[in-house]
Amino acid sequence: MRDLRFTIYDLLCGTVGVPATARKSQIINCTILLLALLAGVLFCGCAEVSEAGAGIAQAAGVISADQAQAVTRSAKAVEKSWQDLTPEQEYYVGRAVVAQVLQSYPPLDRPQANEYLNVLGQSLAIFSERPETFGGYHFLLLDSDEINAFAAPGGLILVSRGMLRCCQSEDELAAVLAHEICHVEQKHGLSAIKQGRLTEAFTIIAAESAKQMGGEELAALTEAFEGSVGDVVMTLTTSGYSRKQERSADAAAVALLQRAGYPAPAMITMLERMDERLADAGGLGFAKTHPSAKSRADALRATISDTGSAPDLVREQRFSAAIRPVVAGK
Amino acid sequence: MKIRILVVLLVISAGAALAGPMSVQVRNCRVRATPSQLGSTVAMVDYGAVVQAGTPQKGWYPVTTADGKTGWVHESALSRKPIAMRAGTSDAATGVSSDEVSLAGKGFNEQVEKKLRSEGKLDYTWVDRMATFNAGADQIMKFRMQGRLPGGGQ
Repeated sequence: MRDLRFTIYDLLCGTVGVPATARKSQIINCTILLLALLAGVLFCGCAEVSEAGAGIAQAAGVISADQAQAVTRSAKAVEKSWQDLTPEQEYYVGRAVVAQVLQSYPPLDRPQANEYLNVLGQSLAIFSERPETFGGYHFLLLDSDEINAFAAPGGLILVSRGMLRCCQSEDELAAVLAHEICHVEQKHGLSAIKQGRLTEAFTIIAAESAKQMGGEELAALTEAFEGSVGDVVMTLTTSGYSRKQERSADAAAVALLQRAGYPAPAMITMLERMDERLADAGGLGFAKTHPSAKSRADALRATISDTGSAPDLVREQRFSAAIRPVVAGK
Repeated sequence: MKIRILVVLLVISAGAALAGPMSVQVRNCRVRATPSQLGSTVAMVDYGAVVQAGTPQKGWYPVTTADGKTGWVHESALSRKPIAMRAGTSDAATGVSSDEVSLAGKGFNEQVEKKLRSEGKLDYTWVDRMATFNAGADQIMKFRMQGRLPGGGQ
């Protein structure tokens, strides 16, 4: 009976027919090994398990050292996501995203208005939770009547003439820019990149040594890059971020406005005006990619306690001087 | 008295545990005299350079640069992971594993952008122009002061 009770252990540990004294110590060693393996599976990620597997296979002579290295690299690449892109890589994605968006939305070459937009935007960005990006925050107006704004990864932010028309003061324009800055801060643009493209890119990156890429590697990486840029542009212009991401950017924008000294209720008045204008625009631009402006305003109203203040004369004057000439006509 | 000494020692050891080398992960990193984005610039530190960082306070690290200058850098400009420069650059590292360090210029990089430019797929004219739109700290301070915006969290 006693021998039968140990049969499973004997089978696992290969101690069938081994004398009782030797069998006991062999079973203890085997159990420790099994527990260690189980702990490895439970506490390590898939990459580590694959790495261990590759190491074992190499040690057993099943695969070569190069093959083992490749398995390890691939496993690690699979595990990586958009969060593993460095600020430098994010910067290059953001630049290409803007270049692509500008193919559909031409820039508005109005130096005074663009300078004002940048001073305002950059004076807000310093109060962001992420004031430093690889290339910094930069803003540009778009020559489009569509109500829209785009935040490309890394801090390049585009605002349409149609969006400017939703703002009747510097405080309201600050609210628009704060919302976009918070998309950059929370890396929502990067999160739109499909995992498959990143796995491909990280596999190439992992294989690349500290030297310039070869032609084949560069071509494959450029393809993964173009796909990634396409994913972000598609999200910005067509499909939109998730409702959760929009709400998160709104909430963070209110906090950012307050840290920067702008009245938070400006966010609500801007959204209310946007709601009216979007209704007239027939569902284009922001309406296509964002939750309704009214629902966003309603959600924020419950969180903002201050009632705002009288418009500041200097802010009113400089906003009028820089922006009104650009939006005149509609 | 003994308890006080113990508390002081604990605080010092906790600070020492948090301090350590960190790498600059942005292109132009300003070391500031005060923990504020509007603080005056004490030194400029290059991408990939290592600074010795102390215990952070509200997102700002007290740092000492390689040439001994001290000041503050925001956490978003720093990385715990060492950044090795590519071969051919002055700080190029050899024999480094990409899992232990970030290799500057690796992956989605200038080379990829150059390829796209050369193939005429994307026009970067306005992207480059946009990157020159920079308001300096003085301009931002003046803008905020004239607009009667309170200091807030800065």
